[in-house]
Amino acid sequence: MLKLEDIYVVFNEGTVDEKIALNHVNLHLNPGDFVTIIGSNGAGKSTLMNVISGVLKPDHGIVEIDGVKVNNLPEYKRAPMIGRVFQDPMAGTAPAMTIEENLALAYARDKRRTLSRGVNTKRRDEFRTYLETLHLGLENRLSAQVGLLSGGERQALSLLMATFTKPKVLLLDEHTAALDPARAQRITELTEEIVGRQQLTTLMVTHNMQQALDLGNRLIMMDKGSIILDVPTEEKKNLTIERLLAEFQRLRGEKFASDRAVLA
Amino acid sequence: MGVGVALQGSIESGFIFAIMALGVYLTFRILDFPDLTVDGSFATGGAVGATMIAAGFAPFMSTVSALLVGLVVGAMTGILHTKGKINALLSGILSMIALYSINLRIMGKANVPLLGEETLFTQIKGVLSALGDYGILVAVAVIALVIKFVNDWFLHTEVGLAIRATGNNQRMIRSFSANTDTTIIIGLSISNGMVALSGALYAQYQGFADVSMGIGMIIIGLASVIIGEAIFGNRTIVRATFAVIGGAIIYRMVVALAMHVGLAPSDMKLMTALIVIIALIMPRISAGYKERKRRATRIKNREQQSRILERGEVKKHA
Repeated sequence: MLKLEDIYVVFNEGTVDEKIALNHVNLHLNPGDFVTIIGSNGAGKSTLMNVISGVLKPDHGIVEIDGVKVNNLPEYKRAPMIGRVFQDPMAGTAPAMTIEENLALAYARDKRRTLSRGVNTKRRDEFRTYLETLHLGLENRLSAQVGLLSGGERQALSLLMATFTKPKVLLLDEHTAALDPARAQRITELTEEIVGRQQLTTLMVTHNMQQALDLGNRLIMMDKGSIILDVPTEEKKNLTIERLLAEFQRLRGEKFASDRAVLA
Repeated sequence: MGVGVALQGSIESGFIFAIMALGVYLTFRILDFPDLTVDGSFATGGAVGATMIAAGFAPFMSTVSALLVGLVVGAMTGILHTKGKINALLSGILSMIALYSINLRIMGKANVPLLGEETLFTQIKGVLSALGDYGILVAVAVIALVIKFVNDWFLHTEVGLAIRATGNNQRMIRSFSANTDTTIIIGLSISNGMVALSGALYAQYQGFADVSMGIGMIIIGLASVIIGEAIFGNRTIVRATFAVIGGAIIYRMVVALAMHVGLAPSDMKLMTALIVIIALIMPRISAGYKERKRRATRIKNREQQSRILERGEVKKHA
């Protein structure tokens, strides 16, 4: 479903700040794969997300989604195929617009935007039914401005919007990192539920190792622009944080260092 | 000249200016793009309208042509900003300056009089003669309201929602497959179309087009938006566009009043700037005042409460 071949990205080439963000990365996701990515800061996780979504162009390498090479498509043209939830709960919604208008924006993602009404009675019912799956009572606040919602509610809405049109690939960029533990837990459960229900091919970046172990059917560890560990389904079931850290130490000959890595 | 006539005049011109202010609302508030093209495109509208009428074209066709030219001019600013990656303010200023020369070219001179020409308003007076002196007032009110309703409708369509989202959260709407370059260009285009239409109508209303008729127009538009929103509120689009029309009329009334007390027309730009400055500062001052008052009340309540508690304590001990 998603194929990355020999992706190479370098920032500030030829200066003292030169940094290889992605060093010949290969990654292949089968349909329905739910892959969690961990790695310390600067490992290249976000760059990988940006290369897939089209925010960044790789220096070389091929990005393929569902058999289509998308290298030359700008972000907005890839967007019909890709759902994305950002870390910042403010980033995934339009705060000055209402809940139903935001959902209408998501609804139009894989269609041509026309001069017909964005929110009509039929769609409103559809939005309401869909919002009910969140169990947050948002279905009763369709005409409330999204800016009035709490961070957790907004992130839940972002997740719903990102998956509304069943994208071919779902990118989750530390989407629970800015929430308090209880809310992060709720969003994590929602993620599992939605991804499971829609059988979405998902790539999730997280700093929370436990989350990376609990979710998904495959785990990838990145360091300094490379994928250093790729744990398939069967092995992942028996993986623990301790073994993961030991593995990192064995591979890199140094301790896994990240001030932001949450170990438990 | 009675106060009644002056009042009617300011309401009439208020409705015409409201069309321009709706354009300013679209860029400033919806797209979050401070578009200074307005100063140029208002005069462009006047220039195209008046020059075509003077050349013998039908007033309606001349006015529509002005609108179309406005659409193109707005799109140009949008292209400068999105494709040329020029800062928003600067791309507007560049268009504005370029338009000054273009407007002179269109008119061939600095001023095109419409004296004795048939304009939309002489035609309206004829058609609506049953309404007597109120014909023009009714006509401009209808035009402004029609544009308001079309605007309201448009901003609730799928394209309109994408344009609003562009002004609200560009990164988000790009991830929902909208080309933000296109939405910005469309928004600026429509905005300047309205501004040019307003300019063409105003030229016909005052009986001439002048190369300097657009100077300060952006601030007048902004003043209308801010005054209107402050008085009538802006919770929904429908409400806000209504407020903008109200703001434009109130602005014209204030101007008429200022002239009445003896200010010269040349003082109006200063006055407009002052109105905008006051309108921008006042909400903050009044919010600060309310906040201080709220805290003072809270402190007083707390003191009272503790005094009552103390007294209660005293009684118990006694």
